[in-house]
Amino acid sequence: MVTVILLVRAQADVLPDDRADLFYSKYSGGGMDITGESVLVRKKVTEDFALEGSYFIDNVSGASIDVLSQASQIKDERKQKTLTAQFVHDKTTYSATYIDSVERDYKSNTTSFSLTQDMFGDLTTLNLGFARTRDAVGENNGTALVPVISWLGHADSRSYTLGLSQILTKNWITGATLEVITDDGYLANPYRSIRYLDPGSPKGYSLASQVYPDTRTSTSIEGRAKYYLPYRAAITGTYRYFTDTWGIVGNTYELDYTHPLGNIWIFEGRVRYYKQNHATFYSDLFPYADSQNFMARDQDLAASENTTIGAKVTYAFLPDGWKFFKRGTATLDVSRIAFHYLDFTDIKDFGVPDYQPGEEPLYHFNAMVYQLYLSVFF
Amino acid sequence: MQRSTANFLRRCALLCVAISATAFAADSSGPAPEFTLTALSGQQGALSQYKGQVVMVNFWATWCGPCQQEMPLLDQMYKKYKPAGFTLIGVNVDKEAPAVKELLARKPVSFPVLLDPANAVSKAYHVDEMPSSVIIDRKGEIRYVHRGYKPGDENEYQDRIRQLIRE
Amino acid sequence: MIDLLLSGCGGIQPWVKPYERDRLADPIMAWDRDAISSAYLDHIRETREGARGATGGAGGGCGCN
Repeated sequence: MVTVILLVRAQADVLPDDRADLFYSKYSGGGMDITGESVLVRKKVTEDFALEGSYFIDNVSGASIDVLSQASQIKDERKQKTLTAQFVHDKTTYSATYIDSVERDYKSNTTSFSLTQDMFGDLTTLNLGFARTRDAVGENNGTALVPVISWLGHADSRSYTLGLSQILTKNWITGATLEVITDDGYLANPYRSIRYLDPGSPKGYSLASQVYPDTRTSTSIEGRAKYYLPYRAAITGTYRYFTDTWGIVGNTYELDYTHPLGNIWIFEGRVRYYKQNHATFYSDLFPYADSQNFMARDQDLAASENTTIGAKVTYAFLPDGWKFFKRGTATLDVSRIAFHYLDFTDIKDFGVPDYQPGEEPLYHFNAMVYQLYLSVFF
Repeated sequence: MQRSTANFLRRCALLCVAISATAFAADSSGPAPEFTLTALSGQQGALSQYKGQVVMVNFWATWCGPCQQEMPLLDQMYKKYKPAGFTLIGVNVDKEAPAVKELLARKPVSFPVLLDPANAVSKAYHVDEMPSSVIIDRKGEIRYVHRGYKPGDENEYQDRIRQLIRE
Repeated sequence: MIDLLLSGCGGIQPWVKPYERDRLADPIMAWDRDAISSAYLDHIRETREGARGATGGAGGGCGCN
């Protein structure tokens, strides 16, 4: 039901500091409550070689709007393990990562490789990456307490990334990334259904299974720039353009502002706006059963927009180190995301006789995301 | 007309290859540029003070990780070879002195540290990597330039210094 | 190879010298200070938006070594 978190970080020349992080997260919105805990440890084995491992547990409870309008509550747990190996030689960093994610009705593993090369007096950095993901998609036909899983199919995904970073001046750094992803196999969310107009049915519509294409290719280009403000602060602007073979075009705009206070505090604020149109085979209400070859009513494929406002505070409780610790920080990050759907209706709360099928109000909800983490560098 | 253009291009290509081949060797020889800089204490320090000794000029900054890593090792090396006629000058390239003062208060070194906030000396020495160490012989000639620092490099420094001390 | 060509021919030298990178080396100028947090936020977006990919950057920093 869910995809995998990919930790892709790249730096050439010198390996980053050793570190250990303890991470707590909470997502609350749209009827869902998801809490997560994670541990990450990174250690240089030799000056040129480092290993990083992390373990992440997500606890999902509640039910998203589709499940609310159709069936039972969800209660599930997802466990993800990640292992990365990094090797530095001269101006090149090589990375290999393996990610394994398991939940009752979804299994996923990803293998990825990347190469980062510093060039031209370390002003230019080139990054190349390749990742391969294999998923097993299942459906729980039982209940949260007594699950009955049927495995529906597999999905295979390949991603190719090309990134370039360029230092323009002492104060400016810019970057661009291009990523092409191709998927094939079972690409639908089994818990979501389409609906079609059915005058004979009590609600005025009937539900049916989604029918998805078994391939998808997407291209994403992101451009970013970061500027050092003279009084010691940083401002970042990011724009991403997304397009795929399902007809979705998505635009993302983000602005970040980072303001430190001495060596102890860092304050950060962010604003992000995202808008997309719907996939060609998406519809909130199909005119009759089997009206198209491909049909979807998954809210991820609907025309929508969302706005995020976030703030983050980092406090260095060990600014200059202690014994073998170089630095220790504690961070609290709070975001509020307002989701608005432009052609996906709220059929959980609204229906006949007040609203005829297709006339229900559009769905919208707010989500709060909290993150608290402790990081120590050694 | 066409032939001279072709010749010109061929000569340019050869020249380019020659230039690129020598670019890395350019700074590894020749007389060491003279300089006079101020230390944190306010005292002046000049390279010419140390003529007759083997000198290692180490360019470093408070914001450079590998620079921090090699400092204690440079300090050890300085104490070890000083009696034999060796000196180490730390040239700091930070734009502002307070961070340097604070770092040296926490992690002091015994070799002289001079400040180059205008980066004139860094430019004169064609510093193209941080950290950089330039080893100068007793006659004031640059003999070796080491770019960057990785643990184990201090052995190379010591080999070169011993070699020059024996001369 | 590229940097050999650029510095050898045409005379374009890296215009930001290594000793001028103090601001770029400042942690606030890192593309991604907290990778675990960005990965988490990216994941939240990817599971709710149609778009995916191309997030994250490399490069910058002190350029040491």
